[in-house]
Amino acid sequence: MTVTAGWYMTLGAALFSIGLIGILVRRNALIMFMCVELMLNAVNLSFVAGGRAWGSIQGQVSVFFVLVVAAAEVVVGLAIIVAIFRKRTSANVDLLAELKG
Amino acid sequence: MVEGILFVVLAATSLGGAMTVVMARNPIHAAMGLLGTLFSLAVIYIINLAHLVAAVQIIVYAGAVMTLFLFVIMMIGVDKTEDTSETIPRQRLFIGILGLALLALGGALAIGDRFAWTPGTVRTEPVEGTIEILADRLFTEWLLPFESTALLLTIAAAGAIALAFFSRDGRVEK
Repeated sequence: MTVTAGWYMTLGAALFSIGLIGILVRRNALIMFMCVELMLNAVNLSFVAGGRAWGSIQGQVSVFFVLVVAAAEVVVGLAIIVAIFRKRTSANVDLLAELKG
Repeated sequence: MVEGILFVVLAATSLGGAMTVVMARNPIHAAMGLLGTLFSLAVIYIINLAHLVAAVQIIVYAGAVMTLFLFVIMMIGVDKTEDTSETIPRQRLFIGILGLALLALGGALAIGDRFAWTPGTVRTEPVEGTIEILADRLFTEWLLPFESTALLLTIAAAGAIALAFFSRDGRVEK
């Protein structure tokens, strides 16, 4: 039984799908953010596995950039959640409906 | 063989953690599930010879990002009263179909013959992700994107501070 890059990429696809389903199903902004992290990690896994299959380091280099973007996103996103919470005392995204016509 | 066993175990733990994130009522449990997934992925990176990426994964994700998440969960309180009933009819069904379709597409692309897209001259022996090899690429070929990420992080930090300190009418909150 040899584990090819395809196996890891399938695992990545499964993690990405779960993350996407989580974003669509959940209402808690924090958990939606965790699902975004899940999707970013799934892509990282594909990068690493693909880089190994190709014999190239570029996959791992790409992971670093995804990681930095994820860190920046978490910093700004959590600051937004806290700012909303101070106004609303809730992290439920369905309550944010001011733009509704 | 060893890699096969490890893959099965780690795939199970990472998928279990991911399901916990989506299903858990308590945000703390969701965070713990995400932590399990992140650690499983770190071990998978080590199997794939990405040693530095695995270390950074644990330090940045399991260390910094998860600490930040838990800090915010504790700060705004554990909200277990989330209403998970759907307001859009049949949304759950469409979500399920979409998720399964995405999984099938990704799996088919990954396992199928289309994965053999090897273009031209590529080394096929795996490259070990040591600090030297990664830094050699990062500071030569990828130097400009690398410097741009520094700018991105600075902007993100400044944005977070601005969000925390300024109210809507522009005055600084004490």
